[in-house]
Amino acid sequence: MMPVSPFRIFFQTGAWMVTAFLVLPLLVVIPVSLTDTSYIGLPKEHLSLQHYANYFASPDWLKATWTSIWIGTIVATCATVLGTSFAIGCWFLSDRASAIARWVLITPILVPPVVQSLGFYRFWVKLGLIDTSTGVILAHTLLALPYVSISVFAALANLDRNIPRAARSLGASVRQTVMAVIVPAARPGMLTGFVFAFIVSFDEIVGVLFITVRRVTTLPKQIWEGIQDNIDPTIASVATLLVILTLIVTAIGALRRS
Amino acid sequence: MPRLGEKTQYWLLVLPALAIMIAFYIVPVLGIWQISVTEPASGFGNFAKAAQSNAVKTSFVLTFRVAAVTTVGCVLLGYIVAYAISNYAGRLTPLMLALVILPFWVSVLIRSFSWIVLLGRSGLVNDSLRGAGLIDSPLRLMHNEFGVLVAMIHVMLPFAILPMLTNMRGIPDAYVKAARGLGASEWTAFRQVYFPQTLPGVMSGALLVFVLSLGFYVTPALLGGGRVLMISEYITYQIQEFLAWGLGSALSVILLIATALVLLIAARFVNLRNALLERK
Repeated sequence: MMPVSPFRIFFQTGAWMVTAFLVLPLLVVIPVSLTDTSYIGLPKEHLSLQHYANYFASPDWLKATWTSIWIGTIVATCATVLGTSFAIGCWFLSDRASAIARWVLITPILVPPVVQSLGFYRFWVKLGLIDTSTGVILAHTLLALPYVSISVFAALANLDRNIPRAARSLGASVRQTVMAVIVPAARPGMLTGFVFAFIVSFDEIVGVLFITVRRVTTLPKQIWEGIQDNIDPTIASVATLLVILTLIVTAIGALRRS
Repeated sequence: MPRLGEKTQYWLLVLPALAIMIAFYIVPVLGIWQISVTEPASGFGNFAKAAQSNAVKTSFVLTFRVAAVTTVGCVLLGYIVAYAISNYAGRLTPLMLALVILPFWVSVLIRSFSWIVLLGRSGLVNDSLRGAGLIDSPLRLMHNEFGVLVAMIHVMLPFAILPMLTNMRGIPDAYVKAARGLGASEWTAFRQVYFPQTLPGVMSGALLVFVLSLGFYVTPALLGGGRVLMISEYITYQIQEFLAWGLGSALSVILLIATALVLLIAARFVNLRNALLERK
């Protein structure tokens, strides 16, 4: 075996330290969620599930969770349909105009959240969409579109342009070619896009703070208000549930790949 | 069928998404420009007010400083991780990759909350230090720039790592091997042969982190506790507390222009197409 150089030691230890910095802070919510106190802190005398019980007994928390789930699902569906169609059209065109269209579609990634939320607020007031789920769905669909279009476009990057050409020359219409040839090739990108879109909506906070008042409350808004008003450990139990869910999904994804 | 008809059909696929994006996103954002020169009175009064205000100046300086420090921190820390993942094939490398991507899927709100739990007055860090008898009174770890920076670096780090990883994976190891074979030390081969090839990845990571940090709201607002007013929070404050829509919009326009300028300058060093449009 080669002697291990200081160079290598530096990079390997360093990398593990940075990885610990990334992951460990996510785990601190776990002990805090099990605290027997009524404030944020480590368990004093024994572990307690009272804050989980609190979450599952609270109509406010459950309703916010459910709102986030169904809004996220509708947003992901709309964004995937619109974004896939957009990316496929641009892939066929591949000209200057379609490149500009693709830049237009990714502006929500670059515009600061507060600025776009001000825009939404003023416009939604005119449209009467303030504090409605339709308003939230529309805003979130717009914010999710860039991610769907980017991932579908990436999936199509390796598709041979002669394949749709062959389909067309054999008499398939544009519609048939898209449905039978392009969509199957785009499917992995659509799936990634769907997941991204759901998460964009599920995690979005700044827009929701501006365009909703009382009637519509999503999970992030409930968490935000919880942090602002009085930090109680229920937030830690919600955070723990979300972190564990993420861990499980990531682990399943990693296992399926290997 | 005529050629034009075919092209029109492709545009019909593009149009629905493009149309809603323009009607419900681009138009509202442009509306902010309009508000900035019409409320409360027509003209550039809001911009003059913004230019004269010391609070605005302080906030912009703070915003650029926080964004710059966050970017440097993320690139340095991220480079080490990206390098180790791409160059040391070990049994644990896939695990490290999974752990690096994991925080990406946990919302910024939850990650900021974790830092509040850690850094608060009676947070876990202060509690443990006091328990160990190292300090008598709690340290001020958040509601200041330090807390904001630590949490910002944590939140932004994956955005720096991923472009660098994509870039490093595309670098063939033949060059470094050749340099080593010709007698270069490990460090020299890294510095003169490997590092220059990673610059595109470093640049796109840095750009992404810097642009996102400039407009960041959630983490500075939660960890800053009203004492670290970055420009996004300053705008919200103007509008929610003083209903100063004109000034808030003018500041938004300035922030948008600043972001655009950063992108324009970056376009000289970074392939924006690869960094933004075609990122994996």
